[in-house]
Amino acid sequence: MLKRSLRRGALVGGVLVFIALIGAPAAFAREPVVRGVVTLSQLLLAIGALLAGSGAAPATRTRSTGAVVAAGAIAGAVCMLLLALLALLVSAVDLRQVLVNATPQLVDELTLGRGVVTGSTVLVVLGTVLGALGGWSTRLPAAISRSAVLAGAAVVVVGVLRDKGLAIAEAVALGVAVWAVAYGRSRWGSALATRYQRVQRRNSTMVSIVVWIAGLFILLGLPSILGTYGTSVLDLVGLYVLMGLGLNIVVGYAGLLDLGYVAFFTIGAYVTGLLTSPAASTQLGLSFWIAWPLAMVAAAGAGALLGIPVLRMRGDYLAIVTLGFGEIIRILVLSDTFKSVLGGAQGIIEIPGPSIGSFTMMRPQHFYYLILIGVMIVVFVSRRISDSRVGRAWMAIREDEDVAEATGVNLVKYKLLAFAMGASFSGIGGAIFASWVHSVFPNSFTLLVSINILSLVIVGGIGSIPGVILGAFFLVGLPEVLRSFADFRMITFGALLVAMMIARPEGLWPAKSRRRELHLEVAE
Amino acid sequence: MRRRLSGPVDVTQLVVSGIGLVILLFVVYRLVATLMGGTYGVSTYASQAIFGLAQGGIYALIALGYTLVYGILFMINFAHGEIFMGGTYIAYFVIAAFDRSGFLESNPLLAIVATVATAMTASVILALGLERIAYRPLRRAPRLVPLITAIGASLFLQYAFRGLFGTGVKVYPDTHLHVAGIDILGGRYDIGGMVVRPIYFVVFLMAVTLMLALWILVQKTKMGKAMRAVAEDKDTAALMGIDVDRVVVLTFALGAALAGAAGVMFALYNKQVTHTMGFIPGIKAFTAAVLGGIGNVPGAMLGGFFLGLAESTFPTLLGLDSQLKDVIAFGLLVLVLIFRPTGILGEVLSRKRA
Amino acid sequence: MRVLRLVSFLVIAALLVAACGGGATPAPAATSAPETEAGTSEEYTDEWGVVKVEAGSPIRIGFGAALSGAGLDVLGIDEKRGAELAVADKGDLLGFSVELVAEDDLCSAEGGTTVANKFVSDPSIVAVLGQMCSSGCLGAMDIYQEHNYTMVSPSCTGVVMTTRGNTSFHRVCWNDEIQGPAAAEYLYSKGITKVATIHDGSPYGEGLANTLAAAFEELGGEVVSAEAVNVGDTDMRPLLERIKSAGPEAIYFGGFVAEGAYLASQRIDVGMEDVIFMGADGLQALDYVKAAGSASEGTFVSAANPAEAGPGMPAFLEAYQAAYGEEPPAPFHAHAYDAAMVIMNAIEKVAQTDADGNLLIGRKALNEAIGSTSGYQGLSGMITCDEVGNCGTGTVAISEVRDGEFAVVWPE
Repeated sequence: MLKRSLRRGALVGGVLVFIALIGAPAAFAREPVVRGVVTLSQLLLAIGALLAGSGAAPATRTRSTGAVVAAGAIAGAVCMLLLALLALLVSAVDLRQVLVNATPQLVDELTLGRGVVTGSTVLVVLGTVLGALGGWSTRLPAAISRSAVLAGAAVVVVGVLRDKGLAIAEAVALGVAVWAVAYGRSRWGSALATRYQRVQRRNSTMVSIVVWIAGLFILLGLPSILGTYGTSVLDLVGLYVLMGLGLNIVVGYAGLLDLGYVAFFTIGAYVTGLLTSPAASTQLGLSFWIAWPLAMVAAAGAGALLGIPVLRMRGDYLAIVTLGFGEIIRILVLSDTFKSVLGGAQGIIEIPGPSIGSFTMMRPQHFYYLILIGVMIVVFVSRRISDSRVGRAWMAIREDEDVAEATGVNLVKYKLLAFAMGASFSGIGGAIFASWVHSVFPNSFTLLVSINILSLVIVGGIGSIPGVILGAFFLVGLPEVLRSFADFRMITFGALLVAMMIARPEGLWPAKSRRRELHLEVAE
Repeated sequence: MRRRLSGPVDVTQLVVSGIGLVILLFVVYRLVATLMGGTYGVSTYASQAIFGLAQGGIYALIALGYTLVYGILFMINFAHGEIFMGGTYIAYFVIAAFDRSGFLESNPLLAIVATVATAMTASVILALGLERIAYRPLRRAPRLVPLITAIGASLFLQYAFRGLFGTGVKVYPDTHLHVAGIDILGGRYDIGGMVVRPIYFVVFLMAVTLMLALWILVQKTKMGKAMRAVAEDKDTAALMGIDVDRVVVLTFALGAALAGAAGVMFALYNKQVTHTMGFIPGIKAFTAAVLGGIGNVPGAMLGGFFLGLAESTFPTLLGLDSQLKDVIAFGLLVLVLIFRPTGILGEVLSRKRA
Repeated sequence: MRVLRLVSFLVIAALLVAACGGGATPAPAATSAPETEAGTSEEYTDEWGVVKVEAGSPIRIGFGAALSGAGLDVLGIDEKRGAELAVADKGDLLGFSVELVAEDDLCSAEGGTTVANKFVSDPSIVAVLGQMCSSGCLGAMDIYQEHNYTMVSPSCTGVVMTTRGNTSFHRVCWNDEIQGPAAAEYLYSKGITKVATIHDGSPYGEGLANTLAAAFEELGGEVVSAEAVNVGDTDMRPLLERIKSAGPEAIYFGGFVAEGAYLASQRIDVGMEDVIFMGADGLQALDYVKAAGSASEGTFVSAANPAEAGPGMPAFLEAYQAAYGEEPPAPFHAHAYDAAMVIMNAIEKVAQTDADGNLLIGRKALNEAIGSTSGYQGLSGMITCDEVGNCGTGTVAISEVRDGEFAVVWPE
């Protein structure tokens, strides 16, 4: 028992020391979660101690409550002891030559501004208490503790997102409300579910019509609820949904790993820029509505073109060639060689928004509806095609190319179709993107975009349409939420991505037919 | 190796080969045009080739790590570039301390060995941590899932190093090591109007030596046998009494150690170390590994040298802007893969794993 | 079961959104619409709206730059620190504290658009310090204009910014057309007739290389080679070897510290140590000298004339080292410092306090106050705004690296 407590405490303590040394406490000290009560940096330490305490407990399930609390207390104390030692070390030795964040301010924050000696003592005592609390929490019924965790998380998230944090009363109200909903669900959830299913079975058309209409209203009304910024994030999510669904056809349906998907997005955006911008080299100044379908066709053509040389390649050979293709397109649009046509480093600017009559789309709210229409069309096409003859052919290719061919699937036709179709969705996205930002620059089309799109497809659940949509919310929405973390945005994102995949390797909303392994190799 | 008899596929192969031929003809045409044009002298091409070999050696060493892990787990360890960066970064503090204390000057060989050892150790620790936390829980998951955790880990490591050690550039000190009167690390020698630094050859030789050592290890030792067994079939290997976890850990450690060594060599002749230095070499090395036939040890090295040479010499040889060097490198990759769809040396393994 | 999970998730999400949004509306208590202001304040109105900062609340200034992303985060973080130090130096502004709201725009057009949309959705943001890159500025500037937000960019050097008729745009740096010709003139006056240009593919670098080439040819010189590198390249030797055979007497580089240092130091590896190497203000950072080592000795950079700058630089560098544990890794910290100072000085000029001790800032008045900044001696040089928003209007000086320091050599 003692060993486990020590280990758990040391582990969490180590993580906290790391967080301290990347400068988080000093930066988060100005970020109140509950106004006047607790800041984010203090909360980080507290959560650490709680986790250490609760983690130390499970091995001692058979033991008494007292033993569990003691185990938690030890773990919490060890965890905070490490931080206290860090504070002592930093205040005694100048480590800044190596560790830039080992500042006096860090010591201040760790010791709660009470000086090194008293502060460290207070820290360890607090750690002991919180650890004990964490240990004790494992003895509570799961329904209560889990809802409590959820409620706590909700308060923290909202407190962080609100610039000035929550007032005490708000925090309590929010916590209680979330706790009640979560607790209610775990207590009476299954009863409700059966009730709902019964209603649904009796009037299934009625229910689905109501659900659909309600959903439609919410979708149409979202921009006015969310405001300019929220809608612009939603626009970005929508664009990524478009591209994600396109890639989903290539990777999810046909099983062809494409790491250079951004190429088609680039082509869509540049075609639109060249055709519509009066400042582009072509000086055509055409309407967006002419450019859009052309962008789509150009992207689809590029998709088919890329498809031909890679027909015989499989798995990771395909991955690297497509990656190369993405880079080739990016460097070509950037290069001085084609600067006279494509604009080079200076990009294409002054791309007008789409206009209907005398009305020109400018604000994110206007684009929202355009993107929504695009997404709806693409979702519709994706759904229909996955159940069609083409979709089944793709599935056969994905499962085993040789068998598919032997059963009469024309590999060339269906592979090229997958590439072209996936690319065309991305072309639509690129066209809207160009007119949304009013300019295109080569640095918007890096490898990271391809990686992001692939990640959202896999995080959401490969081959699953709702999964891709959820994945887009997670992978595009999350960095947006984290934007105000400034320096800590990407590190948090990276850690969450890892945690996410370990917790749910099959994705957020896996496709029904596809809980099995995704086979890209011929056979193992 | 792909026996296809049906009509349409033959036509496709014809078209694909046709595309390959067109690219090839273009390359040859530009080559001849440049060489006949005589803008550049022999020394230009020779120097560029030497630079390319050194750069290729770095790629090759990193690519070996990719290929080893791929050979056993069939996963693309996207964070391998960050492991290269991590080792180099940590070792910087050691060599900088040696430089300040004067140890580097008085005892360069020992100092360099200690630095390389530090880099290798740091890289190994990072790689093992990564394997334990991000990859092991996903050993049985669909194979694209570890790819995503690897991407997450890559971002995490980059920004963790930035957070811990700051944004500023770290610069390896000038290092001199005399062997037989030649300064093999810091020296520059004028040979017939060409400036040559012995360190290029050091990097090249080191890459070849380490590759050979690795190859012997994989082919001749008991541990290598275990690695190959795990690569063939994890479950059967486990039944035969091979500790699969141990083999995987050893594989990661080997790859990381090579990356750490590559990092110090890289930093000794390029000097700058930053938190983002691993990303691009990582991608390039992955390309090199695929080019050589992924999962194949000599192939990774060949791929690395090919890529290094292609990047440094081909823009000039083809008379195109240097800015297009990656376009050319990837174009050549496509060309190679059109005629050899499983890489330069990938044939033996292809049917099983490609 | 899945439906139920979705419903409970939605309910909780709705609670969160309500909590976020519900509190946010009353809390900042700032409006940009003039008519609602009429009742609360005695005839302090502004065509573009008035920001009301409640007593005890901070004055919030938006800051947009790349804080992540390879190669660019260094520039953005350096700018952020410069701005933070300016806020710290200023201390209280009319009895109010100043808060910098930093957002990561990734230096891209879409990042600029999103950050701009975020700032204009928050009526408590008084002004914006940003964006950092020309692409980000182009993505953001029309949105600020439409919503009457004033912006001061520390480093958007693109020529096009000030020719689009945006009245809310200002920048404390030059545009690309100023440094290139000055550098060309200097090189030509040294008797150099053959120059090679290299840029890094950024709009900044490419613009510089092109303007230098045009000016140099106009003077009668010859551009023997025009090449480019990619950001993140480390081995420049093959490129330099190729340039060597064109026989340039000088290499001009448009770009930033990392690539510049590689070029400067690796030119020795190809036997071009006698060829002059010159860059622009993108290289004027101590990290360049550190990274290029002894190879940086005798290389040149063009930058704002330090003779016109204020005396604060040594103290600034000391404060920087103390606060962040390292020397400035990139060149634009001083511009960001100046941009922050320009904004805060303008706020000081136009803000009024009402009877309840709240601070009222008229957006148009603020924009005009920033636009009429004149003769301010900033860290980066003389700041005087012209009618289109170019505020970094000092003269160019060319410095040579001597003993690891930048020493002005021209004008003598």
